[in-house]
Amino acid sequence: MSKDSLFSKKNIKLLSDPLNDENPITVQALGVCSALAITVQLKPAIVMAISVMVVLAVANVLISLMRRLIPSRIRIIVQLVVIAALVILVDQVLKAFAYDVSKELSVFVGLIITNCIIMGRLEAFGMANGPWESFLDGIGSSFGYAWILIVVAFFRELLGSGTLYGYPVLEKIGLYETGYENNGMMILPPMALITVGIIIWIQRMKNEKLIESK
Amino acid sequence: MDVNKNSYTLGFAAVMVIIVAALLSVAFIKLKPFQDRNIELEKKQNILSSVGINVERDGAEAIYSTYIKSELVLNNKGEEVDGIAFDIDLGKEIKKDVNIQLLPLFISEVDGATRYIIPLRGKGLWGPIWGFISLEDDLNSVYGAVFDHKGETPGLGAEINTPMFQDPFANKTIFEGEEFISIAVIKGGAAEGDMHAVDGISGGTITSVGVHDMLSERLSMYLPYFAKIKSAFVVDSIFLEIDSVAIVNDSIIN
Repeated sequence: MSKDSLFSKKNIKLLSDPLNDENPITVQALGVCSALAITVQLKPAIVMAISVMVVLAVANVLISLMRRLIPSRIRIIVQLVVIAALVILVDQVLKAFAYDVSKELSVFVGLIITNCIIMGRLEAFGMANGPWESFLDGIGSSFGYAWILIVVAFFRELLGSGTLYGYPVLEKIGLYETGYENNGMMILPPMALITVGIIIWIQRMKNEKLIESK
Repeated sequence: MDVNKNSYTLGFAAVMVIIVAALLSVAFIKLKPFQDRNIELEKKQNILSSVGINVERDGAEAIYSTYIKSELVLNNKGEEVDGIAFDIDLGKEIKKDVNIQLLPLFISEVDGATRYIIPLRGKGLWGPIWGFISLEDDLNSVYGAVFDHKGETPGLGAEINTPMFQDPFANKTIFEGEEFISIAVIKGGAAEGDMHAVDGISGGTITSVGVHDMLSERLSMYLPYFAKIKSAFVVDSIFLEIDSVAIVNDSIIN
């Protein structure tokens, strides 16, 4: 174990880096598929973000605790088993005690297993660091994932359906009476990719560390 | 300890698999009763909701028997057979040959109006879709419909469980004269005033087609029963006429 205090500078960086410089979606290009699939509306995006956070943090800690015991040749399988077992467990518990949430998540609970961010962090971080650092890394990475998801979902729901979190914002402010119409394109996956692209563009424009030297 | 030895690797894998399998099995067995209970309550909630009674899931149990007066099991000739309608798993029934399928039917009475509730089950894009459609006692006009799904895409196909999709079903009719038409779910929107069609969902075409097929397939199974009930109406009204003629005759004679 490192002798750093719980919230040393190094540990804080684990939380803050994934938000910008090391963002899983826009910089590492991980978890893009789920960012396209569930950002049609804000609600599933937020629920998905929370679920990924729980699974990633717990899995990262578990793998970190076992890291000296895991045979390197089957480490990917072990990581996958840990993630899958956690996801199934979460799914079963939700179905029994939080039925509405489980319905809201539907297929995405299962899809968490295939989210590359989780495997990526377990392999790159959990396998090599202590449990506390791994926990912070898990939380940080999922926050990095979450904010992109929420921003994309915000624009897609607002422009595509005219609602926010199911609330008909545009109807309430009377925009439709001026002849405005929802953009059906925003609902379709290609616009999610373009929205993510625009975020990457803005991020690279602002963040000098990400500008590649010629 | 060398964690990369073959024997260790095999042992680790074996132990891990056993632990995880045991953990998941225990979780599944312990949680199953709670999950089944939720599913049962939700079914009651959906049946009630198709006849316009909206309750919280936990409250569905208490008022279910107040409104749902009878539950019938029919065969494809429209005859009543033995069985408990509520417990019929349509997912299994629709895989059977049409001649041996059991058809559940729920009859509700809300504020004196009798309505027939037909359970639906079909295929969406990613998995099964299901629902309940309620017909007025003319067995033609739709009173209401609810749909749900296992795993349609949120924001797209999953919209079938929203009022936006479900509400337009009300007051549509499934017959044109004597001919069975069902209700079409139309991509790009149903024509204004079309009594047999509703709007499909943009971006959810395959799910919309699934609802369309499910409605015509399921409703058509009940046609023999509808015909029976309707002929009973006709017979009743003929008897009524005979009665009234008799009364008139009586009064003339007297």
